[in-house]
Amino acid sequence: MNENILEIRHLSKTFGTHAVLKDVDFTVRKGDVTSIIGASGSGKSTLLRCINLLETLTTGEILFHGESVTGGKLNQSAYRARVGMVFQSFNLFNNLSVLENCVIGQRKVSRVPKEEARKRALYYLKKVGMLPYINARPAQISGGQKQRVAIARALAMEPEVLLFDEPTSALDPEMVGEVLDVMKSLASERMTMLVVTHEMAFARDVSTHVVYMADGVIAEEGPPSQVLVNPEDTRTREFLKRFLAQD
Amino acid sequence: MVEQLFTDIGSIWAKYGTVYLTGILNTLILATVSTLIGCVIGFICGILQTIPCLPGDLWVKRALLRLLRGIIRVYVEVFRGTPMILQAVFIYYGMPYFFGVSFRDIWTVSILVVSINTGAYMAESVRGGIMSIDAGQFEGARAIGMNHFQTMLYIVLPQTLRNIMPQIGNNYIINVKDTSVMFIIGFQDFFAVHKMVSGAVFKYFPSAFLEMGGYLCLTLLASFLLRRLEKRMEGKGNYELVNEDQLVMTAGTYKFTGEAPYEEKSRDYQGEKP
Ligand SMILES: Nc1ncnc2c1ncn2[C@@H]1O[C@H](COP(=O)(O)OP(=O)(O)OP(=O)(O)O)[C@@H](O)[C@H]1O
Ligand SMILES: [Mg+2]
Repeated sequence: MNENILEIRHLSKTFGTHAVLKDVDFTVRKGDVTSIIGASGSGKSTLLRCINLLETLTTGEILFHGESVTGGKLNQSAYRARVGMVFQSFNLFNNLSVLENCVIGQRKVSRVPKEEARKRALYYLKKVGMLPYINARPAQISGGQKQRVAIARALAMEPEVLLFDEPTSALDPEMVGEVLDVMKSLASERMTMLVVTHEMAFARDVSTHVVYMADGVIAEEGPPSQVLVNPEDTRTREFLKRFLAQD
Repeated sequence: MVEQLFTDIGSIWAKYGTVYLTGILNTLILATVSTLIGCVIGFICGILQTIPCLPGDLWVKRALLRLLRGIIRVYVEVFRGTPMILQAVFIYYGMPYFFGVSFRDIWTVSILVVSINTGAYMAESVRGGIMSIDAGQFEGARAIGMNHFQTMLYIVLPQTLRNIMPQIGNNYIINVKDTSVMFIIGFQDFFAVHKMVSGAVFKYFPSAFLEMGGYLCLTLLASFLLRRLEKRMEGKGNYELVNEDQLVMTAGTYKFTGEAPYEEKSRDYQGEKP
Protein backbone atom coordinates (compact mmCIF):
# COMPACT_ATOMS: atom_id res chain seq x y z
CA MET A 1 0.00 0.00 0.00
CA ASN A 2 2.42 2.63 -1.19
CA GLU A 3 0.07 5.57 -1.11
CA ASN A 4 1.46 9.04 -1.64
CA ILE A 5 1.35 11.17 1.47
CA LEU A 6 3.16 14.22 0.19
CA GLU A 7 3.70 15.36 -3.37
CA ILE A 8 5.88 18.37 -4.00
CA ARG A 9 5.16 19.81 -7.43
CA HIS A 10 7.32 22.39 -9.20
CA LEU A 11 8.32 24.00 -5.93
CA SER A 12 10.43 27.15 -6.27
CA LYS A 13 11.50 29.49 -3.54
CA THR A 14 13.27 32.80 -4.00
CA PHE A 15 14.53 35.10 -1.29
CA GLY A 16 14.66 38.47 -3.01
CA THR A 17 16.55 37.66 -6.19
CA HIS A 18 18.24 34.57 -4.76
CA ALA A 19 16.63 31.42 -6.15
CA VAL A 20 17.14 28.90 -3.37
CA LEU A 21 14.86 26.16 -4.68
CA LYS A 22 14.33 25.68 -8.40
CA ASP A 23 11.43 23.60 -9.61
CA VAL A 24 11.76 20.82 -7.05
CA ASP A 25 9.55 17.78 -7.58
CA PHE A 26 9.32 14.75 -5.42
CA THR A 27 7.00 12.44 -3.64
CA VAL A 28 6.89 10.96 -0.17
CA ARG A 29 5.09 7.68 0.14
CA LYS A 30 3.75 6.12 3.29
CA GLY A 31 6.52 4.38 5.17
CA ASP A 32 9.33 6.05 3.27
CA VAL A 33 12.36 7.12 5.23
CA THR A 34 13.94 9.72 2.98
CA SER A 35 17.34 11.20 3.71
CA ILE A 36 18.10 14.54 2.11
CA ILE A 37 21.80 15.19 1.71
CA GLY A 38 23.73 17.92 0.00
CA ALA A 39 26.24 20.69 0.49
CA SER A 40 25.62 23.58 2.86
CA GLY A 41 23.42 26.20 1.24
CA SER A 42 21.92 23.81 -1.30
CA GLY A 43 18.43 24.51 0.07
CA LYS A 44 17.73 21.45 2.22
CA SER A 45 16.41 23.36 5.21
CA THR A 46 14.43 25.67 2.99
CA LEU A 47 12.79 22.66 1.36
CA LEU A 48 11.68 21.25 4.73
CA ARG A 49 10.50 24.65 5.90
CA CYS A 50 8.45 25.04 2.72
CA ILE A 51 6.91 21.64 3.25
CA ASN A 52 5.83 22.63 6.76
CA LEU A 53 4.68 26.02 5.43
CA LEU A 54 7.12 27.87 7.64
CA GLU A 55 8.11 29.61 4.42
CA THR A 56 5.65 30.70 1.77
CA LEU A 57 6.28 29.06 -1.58
CA THR A 58 7.20 31.34 -4.44
CA THR A 59 5.65 28.99 -6.97
CA GLY A 60 4.52 25.41 -7.10
CA GLU A 61 2.31 23.42 -4.80
CA ILE A 62 2.31 20.78 -2.13
CA LEU A 63 -0.28 18.03 -2.13
CA PHE A 64 -1.13 16.21 1.06
CA HIS A 65 -3.02 13.02 0.26
CA GLY A 66 -3.63 14.51 -3.16
CA GLU A 67 -5.09 17.74 -1.80
CA SER A 68 -3.34 21.07 -2.19
CA VAL A 69 -2.27 22.60 1.11
CA THR A 70 -1.23 25.87 -0.42
CA GLY A 71 -4.43 26.57 -2.30
CA GLY A 72 -6.21 27.43 0.93
CA LYS A 73 -8.73 24.57 0.82
CA LEU A 74 -7.03 22.61 3.55
CA ASN A 75 -6.70 24.32 6.90
CA GLN A 76 -3.02 25.15 7.31
CA SER A 77 -3.02 24.61 11.07
CA ALA A 78 -4.60 21.20 10.68
CA TYR A 79 -2.07 20.34 8.00
CA ARG A 80 0.86 21.40 10.19
CA ALA A 81 -0.49 19.26 12.98
CA ARG A 82 -0.40 16.26 10.61
CA VAL A 83 3.17 16.99 9.56
CA GLY A 84 5.58 17.05 12.48
CA MET A 85 8.84 18.95 12.49
CA VAL A 86 11.99 18.45 14.53
CA PHE A 87 14.45 21.33 14.43
CA GLN A 88 18.20 21.44 14.67
CA SER A 89 17.86 23.84 17.61
CA PHE A 90 15.11 21.79 19.35
CA ASN A 91 12.78 24.78 19.84
CA LEU A 92 11.19 23.34 22.96
CA PHE A 93 8.86 25.75 24.73
CA ASN A 94 10.98 27.25 27.48
CA ASN A 95 8.07 28.18 29.71
CA LEU A 96 6.68 24.65 29.86
CA SER A 97 7.84 21.42 31.46
CA VAL A 98 8.84 18.41 29.37
CA LEU A 99 5.40 16.88 29.84
CA GLU A 100 3.55 20.13 29.08
CA ASN A 101 5.62 20.53 25.92
CA CYS A 102 4.12 17.28 24.67
CA VAL A 103 0.58 18.07 25.86
CA ILE A 104 -0.01 21.65 24.73
CA GLY A 105 -0.30 21.00 21.00
CA GLN A 106 -2.67 18.10 21.48
CA ARG A 107 -4.90 20.16 23.77
CA LYS A 108 -4.95 23.43 21.88
CA VAL A 109 -4.62 22.33 18.27
CA SER A 110 -6.11 18.83 18.13
CA ARG A 111 -8.50 19.38 21.07
CA VAL A 112 -7.62 16.04 22.66
CA PRO A 113 -9.23 15.59 26.11
CA LYS A 114 -6.93 16.39 29.00
CA GLU A 115 -6.36 12.95 30.44
CA GLU A 116 -5.93 11.34 27.05
CA ALA A 117 -3.42 14.01 26.00
CA ARG A 118 -1.44 13.34 29.15
CA LYS A 119 -1.39 9.61 28.56
CA ARG A 120 -0.39 10.02 24.98
CA ALA A 121 2.40 12.39 25.94
CA LEU A 122 3.65 9.95 28.58
CA TYR A 123 3.53 7.14 26.06
CA TYR A 124 5.74 8.95 23.59
CA LEU A 125 8.04 10.30 26.26
CA LYS A 126 8.55 6.76 27.40
CA LYS A 127 9.27 5.74 23.86
CA VAL A 128 12.12 8.25 23.63
CA GLY A 129 13.31 7.37 27.12
CA MET A 130 12.45 10.68 28.72
CA LEU A 131 9.79 9.53 31.14
CA PRO A 132 11.88 10.23 34.26
CA TYR A 133 12.28 13.87 33.22
CA ILE A 134 8.67 14.88 32.69
CA ASN A 135 8.84 17.56 35.39
CA ALA A 136 12.05 19.12 34.15
CA ARG A 137 12.15 22.32 32.17
CA PRO A 138 13.98 22.49 28.84
CA ALA A 139 16.76 24.57 30.39
CA GLN A 140 17.46 21.76 32.85
CA ILE A 141 18.17 18.92 30.41
CA SER A 142 20.96 18.13 27.98
CA GLY A 143 20.92 18.69 24.25
CA GLY A 144 20.32 15.06 23.39
CA GLN A 145 17.52 14.89 25.91
CA LYS A 146 15.99 18.08 24.51
CA GLN A 147 16.00 16.62 21.03
CA ARG A 148 14.37 13.42 22.25
CA VAL A 149 11.64 15.49 23.93
CA ALA A 150 11.24 17.45 20.71
CA ILE A 151 10.71 14.16 18.89
CA ALA A 152 8.17 13.07 21.50
CA ARG A 153 6.41 16.42 21.17
CA ALA A 154 6.13 15.93 17.42
CA LEU A 155 5.00 12.32 17.80
CA ALA A 156 2.35 13.24 20.36
CA MET A 157 0.51 15.10 17.62
CA GLU A 158 0.35 11.71 15.87
CA PRO A 159 1.56 13.10 12.56
CA GLU A 160 1.63 11.15 9.33
CA VAL A 161 5.03 12.46 8.36
CA LEU A 162 7.90 13.65 10.50
CA LEU A 163 10.36 16.17 9.12
CA PHE A 164 13.81 16.35 10.69
CA ASP A 165 16.21 19.21 9.96
CA GLU A 166 19.69 18.09 10.94
CA PRO A 167 18.44 16.78 14.29
CA THR A 168 21.89 15.88 15.53
CA SER A 169 23.98 18.74 14.17
CA ALA A 170 23.73 20.89 17.30
CA LEU A 171 24.62 18.01 19.62
CA ASP A 172 27.84 17.02 21.31
CA PRO A 173 29.21 13.86 19.70
CA GLU A 174 28.36 11.68 22.69
CA MET A 175 24.69 12.65 22.44
CA VAL A 176 24.25 12.00 18.74
CA GLY A 177 23.80 8.26 19.28
CA GLU A 178 20.82 8.49 21.61
CA VAL A 179 18.89 10.65 19.14
CA LEU A 180 19.80 8.49 16.15
CA ASP A 181 18.66 5.42 18.10
CA VAL A 182 15.22 6.94 18.59
CA MET A 183 15.03 7.78 14.90
CA LYS A 184 16.11 4.29 13.95
CA SER A 185 13.42 2.74 16.10
CA LEU A 186 10.84 5.01 14.47
CA ALA A 187 12.12 3.97 11.06
CA SER A 188 11.84 0.32 12.01
CA GLU A 189 8.18 0.95 12.86
CA ARG A 190 7.68 2.40 9.39
CA MET A 191 7.08 5.95 10.51
CA THR A 192 7.20 8.12 7.41
CA MET A 193 10.17 10.42 7.79
CA LEU A 194 12.00 13.06 5.82
CA VAL A 195 15.42 13.66 7.28
CA VAL A 196 17.96 16.31 6.34
CA THR A 197 21.19 14.87 7.63
CA HIS A 198 24.93 14.84 7.42
CA GLU A 199 25.02 11.41 9.08
CA MET A 200 25.95 9.26 6.11
CA ALA A 201 25.68 6.07 8.12
CA PHE A 202 22.06 6.92 8.91
CA ALA A 203 21.34 7.72 5.27
CA ARG A 204 22.95 4.48 4.15
CA ASP A 205 21.62 2.06 6.77
CA VAL A 206 18.27 3.44 7.82
CA SER A 207 16.69 5.28 4.95
CA THR A 208 14.77 3.74 2.08
CA HIS A 209 15.42 6.75 -0.13
CA VAL A 210 18.21 9.23 -0.54
CA VAL A 211 17.77 12.62 -2.18
CA TYR A 212 20.89 14.53 -3.13
CA MET A 213 20.39 18.26 -3.48
CA ALA A 214 22.73 20.67 -5.22
CA ASP A 215 22.10 24.38 -5.85
CA GLY A 216 18.39 24.22 -5.23
CA VAL A 217 17.60 21.24 -7.39
CA ILE A 218 17.36 17.53 -6.76
CA ALA A 219 20.45 16.29 -8.56
CA GLU A 220 19.85 12.65 -7.88
CA GLU A 221 17.49 10.43 -5.94
CA GLY A 222 16.96 6.75 -5.41
CA PRO A 223 17.64 3.96 -2.95
CA PRO A 224 20.76 4.42 -0.81
CA SER A 225 22.48 1.55 -2.53
CA GLN A 226 22.34 3.52 -5.74
CA VAL A 227 22.80 7.16 -4.69
CA LEU A 228 25.44 6.55 -2.06
CA VAL A 229 27.30 3.67 -3.63
CA ASN A 230 27.00 4.13 -7.39
CA PRO A 231 25.99 7.74 -7.96
CA GLU A 232 25.32 8.73 -11.54
CA ASP A 233 25.61 12.47 -11.07
CA THR A 234 29.12 13.85 -10.96
CA ARG A 235 28.14 16.36 -8.29
CA THR A 236 26.92 13.58 -6.04
CA ARG A 237 30.19 11.76 -6.58
CA GLU A 238 32.19 14.87 -5.72
CA PHE A 239 30.08 15.53 -2.63
CA LEU A 240 30.40 12.00 -1.34
CA LYS A 241 34.12 11.93 -1.99
CA ARG A 242 34.61 15.13 -0.02
CA PHE A 243 32.29 13.98 2.67
CA LEU A 244 33.79 10.57 3.16
CA ALA A 245 37.25 12.09 3.12
CA GLN A 246 36.26 14.14 6.17
CA ASP A 247 35.18 11.12 8.19
CA MET B 1 14.14 70.76 67.69
CA VAL B 2 13.89 67.10 66.87
CA GLU B 3 11.72 66.34 69.88
CA GLN B 4 9.34 69.06 68.74
CA LEU B 5 9.11 67.35 65.35
CA PHE B 6 8.11 64.06 66.89
CA THR B 7 5.54 65.56 69.21
CA ASP B 8 4.04 67.40 66.23
CA ILE B 9 3.93 64.21 64.20
CA GLY B 10 2.39 62.45 67.17
CA SER B 11 -0.35 65.01 67.54
CA ILE B 12 -1.09 65.06 63.82
CA TRP B 13 -1.24 61.28 63.71
CA ALA B 14 -3.48 61.16 66.77
CA LYS B 15 -5.97 63.43 65.08
CA TYR B 16 -5.62 62.44 61.43
CA GLY B 17 -4.14 58.93 61.53
CA THR B 18 -7.14 57.25 59.96
CA VAL B 19 -7.26 59.90 57.24
CA TYR B 20 -3.64 59.17 56.36
CA LEU B 21 -4.36 55.44 56.35
CA THR B 22 -7.35 55.92 54.07
CA GLY B 23 -5.08 57.95 51.80
CA ILE B 24 -2.54 55.15 51.73
CA LEU B 25 -5.27 52.65 50.97
CA ASN B 26 -6.60 54.78 48.12
CA THR B 27 -3.11 55.24 46.71
CA LEU B 28 -2.46 51.50 46.79
CA ILE B 29 -5.79 50.61 45.22
CA LEU B 30 -5.37 53.17 42.45
CA ALA B 31 -1.75 52.16 41.74
CA THR B 32 -2.46 48.42 41.82
CA VAL B 33 -5.64 48.42 39.75
CA SER B 34 -4.22 50.85 37.20
CA THR B 35 -0.96 48.93 36.84
CA LEU B 36 -2.88 45.72 36.23
CA ILE B 37 -5.18 47.33 33.67
CA GLY B 38 -2.17 49.08 32.14
CA CYS B 39 -0.45 45.70 31.74
CA VAL B 40 -3.50 44.28 30.02
CA ILE B 41 -3.56 47.27 27.65
CA GLY B 42 0.17 46.86 27.07
CA PHE B 43 -0.15 43.16 26.28
CA ILE B 44 -3.06 43.72 23.93
CA CYS B 45 -1.10 46.43 22.09
CA GLY B 46 1.94 44.14 22.05
CA ILE B 47 -0.01 41.26 20.46
CA LEU B 48 -1.67 43.52 17.93
CA GLN B 49 1.58 45.19 16.95
CA THR B 50 3.36 41.91 16.33
CA ILE B 51 0.73 40.22 14.14
CA PRO B 52 2.89 39.06 11.25
CA CYS B 53 2.30 40.60 7.86
CA LEU B 54 2.83 37.89 5.27
CA PRO B 55 3.53 38.60 1.62
CA GLY B 56 0.60 36.42 0.60
CA ASP B 57 -1.94 38.33 2.69
CA LEU B 58 -4.74 40.35 1.19
CA TRP B 59 -4.14 44.08 0.88
CA VAL B 60 -7.13 44.70 3.16
CA LYS B 61 -5.44 42.80 5.96
CA ARG B 62 -2.15 44.57 5.36
CA ALA B 63 -3.84 47.97 5.31
CA LEU B 64 -5.71 47.19 8.52
CA LEU B 65 -2.55 46.02 10.24
CA ARG B 66 -0.72 49.14 9.18
CA LEU B 67 -3.57 51.33 10.43
CA LEU B 68 -3.63 49.44 13.74
CA ARG B 69 0.10 49.88 14.22
CA GLY B 70 -0.24 53.57 13.40
CA ILE B 71 -2.98 54.05 15.99
CA ILE B 72 -0.98 52.27 18.67
CA ARG B 73 2.07 54.30 17.78
CA VAL B 74 0.14 57.57 18.18
CA TYR B 75 -1.33 56.38 21.48
CA VAL B 76 2.07 55.50 22.86
CA GLU B 77 3.70 58.74 21.77
CA VAL B 78 0.89 60.96 23.06
CA PHE B 79 0.57 59.38 26.49
CA ARG B 80 4.25 58.84 27.00
CA GLY B 81 5.08 62.32 25.81
CA THR B 82 2.77 64.43 27.99
CA PRO B 83 2.65 64.83 31.79
CA MET B 84 0.13 62.61 33.55
CA ILE B 85 -1.08 65.55 35.60
CA LEU B 86 -2.10 67.29 32.40
CA GLN B 87 -3.68 64.14 31.00
CA ALA B 88 -5.84 63.99 34.10
CA VAL B 89 -6.95 67.59 33.70
CA PHE B 90 -7.42 67.11 29.98
CA ILE B 91 -9.66 64.10 30.31
CA TYR B 92 -11.54 65.25 33.40
CA TYR B 93 -12.39 68.69 32.11
CA GLY B 94 -12.38 67.78 28.43
CA MET B 95 -15.11 65.17 28.63
CA PRO B 96 -18.02 67.62 28.76
CA TYR B 97 -16.77 69.32 25.59
CA PHE B 98 -16.41 66.17 23.53
CA PHE B 99 -19.03 63.83 24.85
CA GLY B 100 -21.40 66.14 26.64
CA VAL B 101 -20.97 64.15 29.84
CA SER B 102 -18.71 64.73 32.77
CA PHE B 103 -17.38 61.98 34.96
CA ARG B 104 -19.08 62.10 38.30
CA ASP B 105 -16.90 59.43 39.78
CA ILE B 106 -13.39 60.59 40.52
CA TRP B 107 -12.28 56.97 40.87
CA THR B 108 -13.27 56.13 37.32
CA VAL B 109 -11.37 59.05 35.86
CA SER B 110 -8.31 58.42 38.00
CA ILE B 111 -8.12 54.73 37.15
CA LEU B 112 -8.73 55.55 33.49
CA VAL B 113 -5.95 58.12 33.33
CA VAL B 114 -3.33 56.11 35.20
CA SER B 115 -4.20 52.90 33.30
CA ILE B 116 -3.96 54.55 29.91
CA ASN B 117 -0.69 56.17 30.89
CA THR B 118 0.78 52.92 32.19
CA GLY B 119 -0.52 51.09 29.12
CA ALA B 120 1.49 53.40 26.87
CA TYR B 121 4.71 52.50 28.65
CA MET B 122 3.81 48.82 28.90
CA ALA B 123 3.01 48.61 25.18
CA GLU B 124 6.64 49.39 24.44
CA SER B 125 7.94 47.03 27.11
CA VAL B 126 5.78 44.20 25.81
CA ARG B 127 6.80 44.87 22.22
CA GLY B 128 10.46 44.75 23.24
CA GLY B 129 9.80 41.62 25.32
CA ILE B 130 8.16 39.83 22.42
CA MET B 131 10.95 40.81 20.03
CA SER B 132 13.52 39.37 22.42
CA ILE B 133 11.92 35.91 22.36
CA ASP B 134 13.85 33.50 20.16
CA ALA B 135 12.27 32.96 16.74
CA GLY B 136 12.54 29.21 17.42
CA GLN B 137 9.76 29.49 20.00
CA PHE B 138 7.40 30.85 17.35
CA GLU B 139 8.48 28.22 14.82
CA GLY B 140 8.13 25.37 17.29
CA ALA B 141 4.58 26.50 17.99
CA ARG B 142 3.68 27.04 14.36
CA ALA B 143 5.15 23.67 13.43
CA ILE B 144 2.63 21.87 15.66
CA GLY B 145 -0.21 23.87 14.17
CA MET B 146 -0.77 26.71 16.63
CA ASN B 147 -2.07 29.95 15.14
CA HIS B 148 -0.68 33.40 15.99
CA PHE B 149 -3.10 33.92 18.86
CA GLN B 150 -2.40 30.52 20.46
CA THR B 151 1.34 30.91 20.00
CA MET B 152 1.19 34.26 21.76
CA LEU B 153 -1.12 33.18 24.56
CA TYR B 154 0.50 29.90 25.53
CA ILE B 155 4.13 30.24 24.53
CA VAL B 156 5.35 33.76 23.87
CA LEU B 157 3.46 35.92 26.36
CA PRO B 158 4.21 33.78 29.44
CA GLN B 159 7.90 34.09 28.60
CA THR B 160 7.53 37.78 27.82
CA LEU B 161 5.74 38.35 31.12
CA ARG B 162 8.57 36.77 33.01
CA ASN B 163 11.17 38.75 31.11
CA ILE B 164 9.51 42.10 31.61
CA MET B 165 8.57 41.58 35.27
CA PRO B 166 11.27 44.08 36.32
CA GLN B 167 9.72 46.70 34.05
CA ILE B 168 6.24 45.97 35.38
CA GLY B 169 7.63 46.37 38.89
CA ASN B 170 9.19 49.64 37.86
CA ASN B 171 5.89 50.90 36.55
CA TYR B 172 4.12 49.82 39.70
CA ILE B 173 6.51 51.72 41.94
CA ILE B 174 6.31 54.77 39.70
CA ASN B 175 2.53 54.56 39.93
CA VAL B 176 2.56 54.35 43.73
CA LYS B 177 4.41 57.64 43.77
CA ASP B 178 2.99 59.38 40.73
CA THR B 179 -0.67 58.78 41.46
CA SER B 180 -0.06 61.72 43.79
CA VAL B 181 -0.64 64.05 40.86
CA MET B 182 -4.27 62.97 40.77
CA PHE B 183 -4.98 65.42 43.60
CA ILE B 184 -5.34 67.91 40.75
CA ILE B 185 -8.77 66.52 39.95
CA GLY B 186 -9.61 65.93 43.58
CA PHE B 187 -8.60 62.30 44.11
CA GLN B 188 -8.11 61.62 47.83
CA ASP B 189 -4.81 59.77 47.81
CA PHE B 190 -1.99 59.77 50.36
CA PHE B 191 -0.52 63.03 49.07
CA ALA B 192 -3.91 64.76 48.95
CA VAL B 193 -4.22 64.01 52.66
CA HIS B 194 -0.98 65.92 53.23
CA LYS B 195 -2.34 68.96 51.46
CA MET B 196 -5.52 68.81 53.44
CA VAL B 197 -3.98 68.18 56.86
CA SER B 198 -1.11 70.62 56.56
CA GLY B 199 -3.55 73.27 55.39
CA ALA B 200 -5.72 72.63 58.41
CA VAL B 201 -3.03 72.58 61.12
CA PHE B 202 -0.45 74.85 59.44
CA LYS B 203 2.32 72.36 60.07
CA TYR B 204 3.93 71.52 56.75
CA PHE B 205 7.11 69.77 57.72
CA PRO B 206 5.83 67.14 60.18
CA SER B 207 3.21 66.03 57.66
CA ALA B 208 5.75 66.01 54.84
CA PHE B 209 8.05 63.92 57.02
CA LEU B 210 5.26 61.44 57.57
CA GLU B 211 4.53 61.36 53.87
CA MET B 212 8.15 60.78 52.88
CA GLY B 213 8.43 57.91 55.33
CA GLY B 214 5.09 56.54 54.24
CA TYR B 215 5.86 56.54 50.51
CA LEU B 216 9.28 55.05 51.08
CA CYS B 217 7.80 52.22 53.15
CA LEU B 218 5.22 51.53 50.46
CA THR B 219 7.74 51.39 47.64
CA LEU B 220 10.23 49.31 49.63
CA LEU B 221 7.50 46.84 50.46
CA ALA B 222 6.39 46.76 46.82
CA SER B 223 9.97 46.23 45.72
CA PHE B 224 10.39 43.33 48.12
CA LEU B 225 7.13 41.65 47.13
CA LEU B 226 7.89 42.04 43.43
CA ARG B 227 11.22 40.29 43.86
CA ARG B 228 9.50 37.45 45.66
CA LEU B 229 7.03 37.20 42.81
CA GLU B 230 9.83 37.15 40.24
CA LYS B 231 11.54 34.34 42.14
CA ARG B 232 8.35 32.34 42.18
CA MET B 233 7.85 32.84 38.46
CA GLU B 234 11.30 31.46 37.76
CA GLY B 235 10.02 28.07 38.85
CA LYS B 236 11.86 25.51 40.83
CA GLY B 237 15.60 25.30 40.44
CA ASN B 238 15.50 21.54 40.43
CA TYR B 239 13.05 18.84 39.42
CA GLU B 240 12.13 15.42 40.65
CA LEU B 241 12.97 12.41 38.60
CA VAL B 242 9.87 10.33 38.15
CA ASN B 243 10.06 6.67 38.86
CA GLU B 244 8.47 4.84 35.97
CA ASP B 245 6.75 2.37 38.24
CA GLN B 246 4.64 5.08 39.80
CA LEU B 247 2.97 5.88 36.50
CA VAL B 248 -0.21 4.39 35.22
CA MET B 249 1.62 3.73 31.99
CA THR B 250 2.06 0.02 32.17
CA ALA B 251 1.81 -1.90 28.95
CA GLY B 252 -1.70 -2.00 27.55
CA THR B 253 -3.16 0.81 29.60
CA TYR B 254 -2.94 3.39 26.89
CA LYS B 255 -6.29 3.26 25.24
CA PHE B 256 -6.01 6.51 23.39
CA THR B 257 -7.37 6.28 19.85
CA GLY B 258 -7.10 2.57 20.38
CA GLU B 259 -3.46 2.13 19.53
CA ALA B 260 -0.22 3.81 18.70
CA PRO B 261 -0.43 5.24 15.22
CA TYR B 262 2.67 4.16 13.47
CA GLU B 263 2.60 0.68 14.88
CA GLU B 264 -0.67 0.43 13.09
CA LYS B 265 0.96 1.72 9.94
CA SER B 266 3.58 -0.93 10.23
CA ARG B 267 0.86 -3.54 10.02
CA ASP B 268 -0.50 -2.45 6.69
CA TYR B 269 2.81 -1.53 5.19
CA GLN B 270 3.47 -4.02 2.46
CA GLY B 271 6.77 -2.84 1.12
CA GLU B 272 9.88 -4.71 2.08
CA LYS B 273 12.49 -3.53 4.51
CA PRO B 274 15.78 -2.53 2.99
N1 LIG C 1 15.26 33.78 5.32
C1 LIG C 1 16.17 33.81 4.34
N2 LIG C 1 16.43 34.95 3.67
C2 LIG C 1 17.35 34.98 2.69
N3 LIG C 1 18.08 33.93 2.29
C3 LIG C 1 17.88 32.77 2.92
C4 LIG C 1 16.93 32.64 3.97
N4 LIG C 1 16.95 31.36 4.40
C5 LIG C 1 17.86 30.74 3.67
N5 LIG C 1 18.44 31.57 2.76
C6 LIG C 1 19.46 31.22 1.78
O1 LIG C 1 19.05 30.06 1.13
C7 LIG C 1 20.13 29.22 0.85
C8 LIG C 1 19.82 27.83 1.30
O2 LIG C 1 19.68 27.80 2.68
P1 LIG C 1 19.34 26.48 3.47
O3 LIG C 1 19.32 26.85 4.90
O4 LIG C 1 18.11 25.89 2.90
O5 LIG C 1 20.58 25.56 3.16
P2 LIG C 1 20.92 24.13 3.72
O6 LIG C 1 21.02 23.23 2.55
O7 LIG C 1 19.95 23.77 4.78
O8 LIG C 1 22.36 24.35 4.34
P3 LIG C 1 22.98 23.76 5.69
O9 LIG C 1 23.47 22.40 5.37
O10 LIG C 1 24.11 24.70 6.00
O11 LIG C 1 21.92 23.79 6.73
C9 LIG C 1 21.34 29.82 1.55
O12 LIG C 1 22.16 30.41 0.57
C10 LIG C 1 20.77 30.88 2.44
O13 LIG C 1 21.61 32.00 2.50
MG1 LIG D 1 20.06 23.58 6.94
